Formats: sequence, C-alpha cells, structure tokens
Amino acid sequence: MHTLLTSKWTKVAVFMLCLIPLGALIWRAFHNGLGANPVEFIQLTTGRWTLRFLIITLCITPFRKLLNLPDLIRFRRMLGLFAFFYVCLHFLTYLGPDQSFDLSAIWKDVAKRPFITVGFLGFLLLVPLAMTSTAGWIRRLGGKRWQMLHRAIYFAAVAGVIHYYWKVKSDVRMPLFYGALVAILLLWRVGGWLSRRRSVVAARLSSEGVRADGAR
Amino acid sequence: MLIRKAHDLTYADVTPKSVYLDRRKFLRAMGVVGATAVAGKSLFDLALPPQTTLAATKFSDLAKSPFSTSEKQNSYEDVTHYNNFYEFGTDKSDPAKNSKNFNTSNWIVSVEGEVAKPRKFTMDEILKLAPLEERIYRHRCVEAWSIVVPWIGFSFNSLVKVVEPTPKAQFVAFQSYYDSRQMPAGRWAGIEFPYVEGLRLDEAMNPLTLLCVGMYGESLPNQDGAPVRMVIPWKYGFKSIKSLVKIKFQSKMPPTTWNLAVPSWYGFYSNVNPNVSPVRWNQAKERRLGEIFRRDTLMFNGYSDQVASMYIGMDLKKNY
Repeated sequence: MHTLLTSKWTKVAVFMLCLIPLGALIWRAFHNGLGANPVEFIQLTTGRWTLRFLIITLCITPFRKLLNLPDLIRFRRMLGLFAFFYVCLHFLTYLGPDQSFDLSAIWKDVAKRPFITVGFLGFLLLVPLAMTSTAGWIRRLGGKRWQMLHRAIYFAAVAGVIHYYWKVKSDVRMPLFYGALVAILLLWRVGGWLSRRRSVVAARLSSEGVRADGAR
Repeated sequence: MLIRKAHDLTYADVTPKSVYLDRRKFLRAMGVVGATAVAGKSLFDLALPPQTTLAATKFSDLAKSPFSTSEKQNSYEDVTHYNNFYEFGTDKSDPAKNSKNFNTSNWIVSVEGEVAKPRKFTMDEILKLAPLEERIYRHRCVEAWSIVVPWIGFSFNSLVKVVEPTPKAQFVAFQSYYDSRQMPAGRWAGIEFPYVEGLRLDEAMNPLTLLCVGMYGESLPNQDGAPVRMVIPWKYGFKSIKSLVKIKFQSKMPPTTWNLAVPSWYGFYSNVNPNVSPVRWNQAKERRLGEIFRRDTLMFNGYSDQVASMYIGMDLKKNY
C-alpha cells in the first residue's frame, strides 16, 4: 500500500480521474447531451462536483488516521485544488451566461439573494486557500498559521451545503445528503479536538497532583 | 405476439383519425342515417371505451389564432424533456421518464361550486366545446427560463359560458390529478399534492387563458400535462396547472400550492413582471431555451395589450 500511494503514477492517475467530470461535460457538449438548458446543466454539474471534491478533501485526514494510511496526505492538495477548479467553472457560468459579466447586476444579485450570497462567500473563502497551497506559502506563513488559514475549508463546505439547500425549490434530499456527509466529517474533527483537550487537561491535572504531592 | 395490452390501443387503432376528428361533420354528412349513426357511436363507446385518451392523436384543421407569436418555436424534444411536473419527480428530466405509463383513459373534469350548471366533462365533451385553435405562446417559468410552444386548445371562457357562473363566483380554483401509485416520485417532491391553482374570474375569462389539450399538432404528452391543462401565458408557468381534474367557482381566493409551500417566493397572482423579483429569482431577465445569454423579460410576458387593464390600480409589488 505504501509503495502504491507514494508512486508518482498513482498521483497522475488520480489527477486524470479528477478530470473525468470535466471530460464528461465536454463529451456531452459535442454529443447533444447537455439537455434543453445546457448552461443550467453545466452549472449544476460543476456545483455538485465542487461539493464532492470538498467532501473528498475533508475525508483525507480521517482516512489517514482511521485506516492508518498517512501517505494519503500526498493527494490532499490536489483534491482541494480540484474543488477550487470546479467552483471556478461554476462561478464562470454565473458571471457569463447568467449575468453577462455585468458587475453592477452581479453585485446587486449577490447582495439581494441569500443563496447567491452564501455561495459567493464559500467561493471567496476558497480563493486564499488555493493561492497559499504551495510549499513556498506554507514556509512563508509557518505551519501553524498555514493550518489555521486552511481550516477555512470547513466553512466553505458548510457554505456550499447551505447554498445548495437554499437553491432547491422543495426537494431537499440531495442537499441534506451532502449536508450529512459534511456534518459527519466536521463532527469527527470536533470529537478529536475535544478528546485532545481532555487529555491535555488530564495531563495538567495529574502533573499538578504530582507537584502537590512533592510539596507535602 | 398478437395480443396487445389494452392500454396500447388508441382511437387510431379503431377509427381513422380524419373520421374521428371530424365525426360531427361526418355524422351530419350521413344525413338520414344520422340518428342510427349516433346510436351506433354510443354502442361503440360502450363496447370499446377509450383506453388511452387521445394518445398521440394528431389534430388537423386547427384554426390560427391572432394571439400567436411569430417567434421561433422551441423544439418538441426540448419541451417534452425539460419539465417541471413534480408529481413525476423534481428533476427536469424525470417527468418524461416517469410518466410513460400514466393512464389518462376515462378522464373526467368536474366543474362545481358557484355555477348554475355544475357537471362533469369527459374528454370527448371537452373537445366538442369549441373549435380547436393553435396558439403559439411564450411560456415563462418562474425559474427565469422561457420557451415558445404551439399549444392547442380554446379559450377557457368557452367552458365557463357552458356552466354559467353565479354572481357569487369571483375566483376559479383548479386541481390536478394525483395518485401516489401512478406518481410514486411525488412523495419526495416536498410540496403538497394534489396540486392546486387559482385565477380571479376575470383572468379566467380573458381570451388568452387557454384550456389546452395538445401541442405541436398532437394531443398533450403525459409529461406536459395530459390530457388537459391550463395555459395562462402572462403568468409564471406554475400557474398553468397540468392534468386538470377539478374546476371550482367560488367567492373566496383559493389557496395555491407553491404559495402554500413558500409564500415569500410565489404570490397568488404571479404575473410575469421584470420589475418585481421576490427574493429567490431575478425576474428582470430570462434564458430562452436554446440561447446562452439572458434576454430581457417583458411585462406580462409581452401580453400587456391583452391583460394590463385587469390590474389597473393594483399594487403589483404587493400583489406579486
């Protein structure tokens, strides 16, 4: 498993896999497969793939620990960047075909419609993460600060789910499904954080106990 | 296999279409044997009740309508595979798949409430109410897309005149067919069924308001609201109720499905209005299917000349 996960070719293969949704869209475009409203189809597809890639990215840490596969870290940046790639396509379909690049109309729309507002916020949160995804930026920011910044992905994922939930008219099954996945992945982190805190507190208490004993 | 399933039978299997569609003329032409022919026809109906109401029946000799637009029509493929018909599923492609076996035989439309002559209409009776016209209308969905469709039908007021509303009738309530066994996807729609809609009486009487039985020269496909639906071209599409089974004249404003579900998004009137955009969608522009960029939405979907006078003095921002 270790050699498989660390092989250069696995990374290439995963990269190609991540391009399949885009490839499928292009194939459909040339085979009359985008339906009666191609813009809407592309918008929906790229939006869903953004959420899926955010969720897959959020899976990396729990899978590393639960499956004892630390090498999975090699794919995290790429998967996160693919989430950003698909959200850029998603955003472009909104800027162009929907709003004809009319910035004042876009601003009004973002301010007025809650589902657009929250989607836009989610997109904005991902921009600095994509920009600081290089080794150089990790060094410049320092590991701790870089990690703090990149926790913004939690909020981006939540924003994505809310955006989807507010977007649908009445059938909320899909948004709830993605929401449940994001909730599980975030709760797992909260659980880990709580248990670490408890062990820190316990360690401090026991060390104080030792000191108290020594004083006696 | 020689034995066909009964519901595969259409009128076309038993009666030449031209004879069937022109049977009144045909009977008249029969002259002296007319009476016998009428008797014969009802016997025929008893022996072989219509199994699928006008499935894929072609309509010919349709009258042209001055209300028709000359804009480019959308393709039959688009109009039959991009549907909001939540009883058959919430994805645009669901209705075409899930309505294939929808049984519309022995269809009855019941007209009741504040009318002098309440009655139930069979599809045959509805088709005889008035000469069928082709009306090419713009159809604007609240989701900010639009299509141009050659509908077939006649002004709804032809039916209203037959049932004679009483002075108490101020509104007309409409109800769609709902059967959870035939429409199992409907339970996930997130809205209450049966679907209900309504119009003010003057709106219902407006000649643009169409009682629709077909499109593109044929009877309505199931996913587009077979066998009979309403088309109200100056209102958002969800007002144009599909698969109509009940019409009730009443003094009170009737509840409407989407308004009950999300009142701030969908008003009772729901006239197409580029200047009023309740929260969810920007109604100033729309995407005509087949186009990439959005075009400007017209007041009352371009039917101001016919309908604007009905709303004089009304605050359309409040009464969205």
